[in-house]
Amino acid sequence: MSLIESTAAELLGLQAKGEATAETIAEAFLAAIRERDLKVKAFQHVDEAAVREQARAVDAKRKKGAKLGALAGVPVAIKDVLCTKGIPTTCSSKILKNFVPPYDAHVIQRLKAADAVLIGKTNMDEFAMGSSTENSGFFTTRNPWDLQRIPGGSSGGSAAAVAACLAPVSLGTDTGGSIRQPASLCGIVGIKPTYGRVSRYGLIAFASSLDQVGPFSHDVFDNSLMMEVVAGHDACDSTSVNEPVPGYTKTVNDPVKPLTIGVAKEYFGGGLDSEVESAIRAALKEYQKLGAMVKEVSLPHSPYAVAVYYLVATAEASSNLARYDGMHYGHRAKGKLDLIATYSRTRAEGFGKEVQRRIMLGTYALSSGYKDAYYVKALKVRRLIKDDFDKAFAQCDVVMGPTAPTAAFKLGEKTADPLAMYLSDIYTISCNLAGIAGISIPCGFTKSGLPIGLQIQAPPFEEEKMLRVARMYEAVTDWHTRRAKVN
Amino acid sequence: MDIDQVRKVARLARLELSEADLGVMAQQLTAILGYVDQLKELNTEGVEPLAHPLPVQNVFRPDELRPSLPVDEALKNAPARSGDFFAVPAVLDPADEQTH
Repeated sequence: MSLIESTAAELLGLQAKGEATAETIAEAFLAAIRERDLKVKAFQHVDEAAVREQARAVDAKRKKGAKLGALAGVPVAIKDVLCTKGIPTTCSSKILKNFVPPYDAHVIQRLKAADAVLIGKTNMDEFAMGSSTENSGFFTTRNPWDLQRIPGGSSGGSAAAVAACLAPVSLGTDTGGSIRQPASLCGIVGIKPTYGRVSRYGLIAFASSLDQVGPFSHDVFDNSLMMEVVAGHDACDSTSVNEPVPGYTKTVNDPVKPLTIGVAKEYFGGGLDSEVESAIRAALKEYQKLGAMVKEVSLPHSPYAVAVYYLVATAEASSNLARYDGMHYGHRAKGKLDLIATYSRTRAEGFGKEVQRRIMLGTYALSSGYKDAYYVKALKVRRLIKDDFDKAFAQCDVVMGPTAPTAAFKLGEKTADPLAMYLSDIYTISCNLAGIAGISIPCGFTKSGLPIGLQIQAPPFEEEKMLRVARMYEAVTDWHTRRAKVN
Repeated sequence: MDIDQVRKVARLARLELSEADLGVMAQQLTAILGYVDQLKELNTEGVEPLAHPLPVQNVFRPDELRPSLPVDEALKNAPARSGDFFAVPAVLDPADEQTH
């Protein structure tokens, strides 16, 4: 396998054996970006000189015999929603086009402390609002398996970067499926940790009670490795939970026995593509062969999750995005305008259509006279959705099903119909509403060669078990070893 | 939602929308609200709203002096600057004062 097709663990091994240096690794990925990213368009910003400098620093440290971090010399791509000190951070929005953060997000501090090499910032749906990266204020990322199709979103750039072998691992964020859905559509692994597991400090807020940072990787081992680095308590995020972080890589190869898998009948209704369904059923059979018990469970309120989400997430967004007023940073409308007109024109010029639509919906849901009927009603149903999971997890270790109802769709297929786009997150959204953990792993391909993802969901703070369950499947299948031929 | 409601919400949200935009927005928001109306089917009497997935409490820290961002760093991204301050349009316009 070539350097760029390697996993992070393999790259660590090659460096330890002296068969590669951080610099040769960085050069290989930079060359891949130069060649392939013209087509894939995963990256928003790559500073080659800065990448080389980081890689050389790691090599120098190794030469001196200094203790190296867990990701020494491993290139990591970063979704452009995470603040990176001195490096542009745009959220793929025109309103933050020239924004250069004066500080690093907590997860970036962690990656730097682990001697990772930050290779670039990746494209996304503007402010993480979307499921295809078509809402990026700058350009659309392509699916490496078929360049005429979308990579999923909103972390489409980070997913495509790994799938196209432009970085072995990357970071994304997931508010309603924005890591798991693109992981599924790009044939890689993507985890949404439990709410509070990973610090949100320096993550530009979309919906604060739902947002979580998580890694993408080719396989589950690499995902454990990344989780070990980024998870953990941070005093700068008041919702960060002070629970010990298990050594995920130490146990990830241990199968979970006995294992009871819950399969929610609601995940197999109308709208589920038949090829996706067969791949999921086949994956469940693999688990049965491994000795797992598969049991039907019910999540009766899951059909309401999309409706709840588009009230709760937009309400929180309308409040969070009020900060973009053109006063302290970001775009400001030109011309002699009074204060209110400056705010209103700045926001109209700076925000794209989907962001405007969601701000409007959220403002309406919170407005006087409508708040009880929409926002509060949604919060009550959110409780019912969480209760469903509590009841399900009383009978099983994990809940499995499809990550997305279909494989990657064509560019432009859903842009005219916001509601159709929203429904592509139908299986991932309830996980965020309930605050539990979820992961998507590759489990097959459609006849036309598009990846399919299996979603595994686990109770809060049971990432360790969830990763082990995911790894059991990898041990008996080889989907995670396939690499896209970008052409 | 009709155009007047959309216009009112746009004002609340501080978004300058053209008449054409208001029309499209009214149509799309009406469709989305039609979809979320399915929540009305559910009886949620006595259900406690869930704003946050985990039980969260206030987090306190000792009230101690810590270094903060230097002024120049903080002003680096400012669209307009005046000395050590952010320059912004007049919040209280003298001309405004007379009419209010």
